[in-house]
Amino acid sequence: MKMIVCVKQVPDPQASSTGTKVDVAAKRVIVPHGTPPVMSPYDESALEAALKIKDVHGGHVTVMSVGKNLARPVLRKALASGADELILLEDNTFDQLDSYATASILAAAIREIGTFDLILCGRQAADTDAGQVGSGLAELLHIPCVTVACGIELGEEKVNVTRIVSDGYEVIEVMLPALVTVSSEIGELRYPKLKDLQAAQKMPIVVRNAGQLGIDVASLMKLNLVSLSPPQHRNVQCCMISAETPEIAGEHLALTMRGAGLI
Amino acid sequence: MNSYNGIMVYVEFGENGLLPITRQLLGCGRKIADELGEPLSAVIVGSKGIEEGSDAAQLGADTVYIVEHELLRQYRTETYVAALEQLVRQQRPTALLMGQTYVGRDLAPSLAFRLETIAVLDCIALEIDHASRVLLLTKPVCGGNAVATFTSMYYPQIITIRDKAMLPMEPSFGKNAHVVHFAVSLEPRSFKTRLIKKVKEEGEGLRLEEAAVIISGGRGIGGAEGFRQLHETAAILHAAVGGSRPACDNRGVAPNRQIGITGKIVSPDLYIAVGISGSIQQMSGCGQAKRIVAINKDPDAPIFKYADFGVVGDWKKVFPSFSAKLKELVS
Repeated sequence: MKMIVCVKQVPDPQASSTGTKVDVAAKRVIVPHGTPPVMSPYDESALEAALKIKDVHGGHVTVMSVGKNLARPVLRKALASGADELILLEDNTFDQLDSYATASILAAAIREIGTFDLILCGRQAADTDAGQVGSGLAELLHIPCVTVACGIELGEEKVNVTRIVSDGYEVIEVMLPALVTVSSEIGELRYPKLKDLQAAQKMPIVVRNAGQLGIDVASLMKLNLVSLSPPQHRNVQCCMISAETPEIAGEHLALTMRGAGLI
Repeated sequence: MNSYNGIMVYVEFGENGLLPITRQLLGCGRKIADELGEPLSAVIVGSKGIEEGSDAAQLGADTVYIVEHELLRQYRTETYVAALEQLVRQQRPTALLMGQTYVGRDLAPSLAFRLETIAVLDCIALEIDHASRVLLLTKPVCGGNAVATFTSMYYPQIITIRDKAMLPMEPSFGKNAHVVHFAVSLEPRSFKTRLIKKVKEEGEGLRLEEAAVIISGGRGIGGAEGFRQLHETAAILHAAVGGSRPACDNRGVAPNRQIGITGKIVSPDLYIAVGISGSIQQMSGCGQAKRIVAINKDPDAPIFKYADFGVVGDWKKVFPSFSAKLKELVS
């Protein structure tokens, strides 16, 4: 079972959820100083899904990431967690990429690898929230794609994917090779053991740049970012209800809501 | 400027007929089509019997395309992409609008890559740059911490639009569209996926989509046991119960009860947030609520920036007396 997991490095969305600013002139999001880079959480779940399959059925897990100035310690965590190989697609031009360019770079690198059974991606990245690279990559590689998986079961040359839909869930059988995008319900990435963290430091990392991949980013970009602005917030003044005890505050809240005609 | 012409709306039906988002897409599509001086069409994809829906989908459209095939009985990515690819290649619309629904967010990117064009998902505004006649596609990024506007020179543009971001088409709008049956050819052997099971799991109580009052729990509520209290109170208020993403991951509520950027977008009259911090990802799903009430132990939680009424305190202590008092007041 040969699996490829595509992961994106993003500023920690937990740390950056408050205090994030927008540099309107530069059309960039400025995260608070000291926000560490992390693997995008859904991508971590995608890696966990691959590792769960490897736990039961064995196999080989290659982790791939596209970007500029990729942080080695962040991505080595994938090796420490149980991935076998890390390939960084890194170039100074791999910056502010759109979904089409990102999927094209991944497709070029995957074609170099040649054969594979299953590609796993997170359902969407924590920074751009575009939600397209997985589906797009599958199209570029002419393989079927199932999105937003909350469960994956490996069968004979196929996988059964459970996915959430509006009024419940469905199970899709998909022939391999295939691509599956993963949602958080599949579980968080396991914590690596200390000895695995140490061992991961010594594992080699493959790095490929644009020239080696035969990629010209400028010719791949299909979207222009015209402007970036801060969001508009609901403008309300919260009426805080306090009382001697939390129990009384709860009663007062109900009474206030009745007074205001909310209930 | 280019040979693409017309705005096309992808129609979705639910149990109670046309989805509200489809009415919103037709409203927005009509406006954009008029500004561009281009026609508006609606497309219904499905199997035998779908033409019955053509009447509802006519709302303001000039043409309704019926794409009917046995293999399109239920939504599947590859069959629907193949069917829409054929229609879109023939009709060459400027833009194809879909709802940011479970179907739209799956279908749009695959179709865009198939057609070697672009998709922009989860748009909250759609305008025309009058000088260039190019579409300005605006969507939240970074979990809602910023709003980006994109343009592209690639067509047709596949666009999904967030529920409740646009005003719906007036139901009284003229219904005199041409109904066109579009014949697709689908080769069963070319498809690699098969739907083997579909399970309805609505979760307990009222559905989020139809409730005027929603009680939503966050990470702090814990698992199903904590949510039991929320369900009991919901029954009193005739409310639906939802949860944040962490609450769903903790299996406190069913996954399709998730409210937020990766779940459902709701706009009830009253939204009661219990143990919810109010991260921007969460608030993207309920910021349209008319009134918000919050209980949270952290006085600095962002939820209090959105709430009309708030109590700072441990929900385990605040909520039972709140619930008991509500019961007394409502009965």
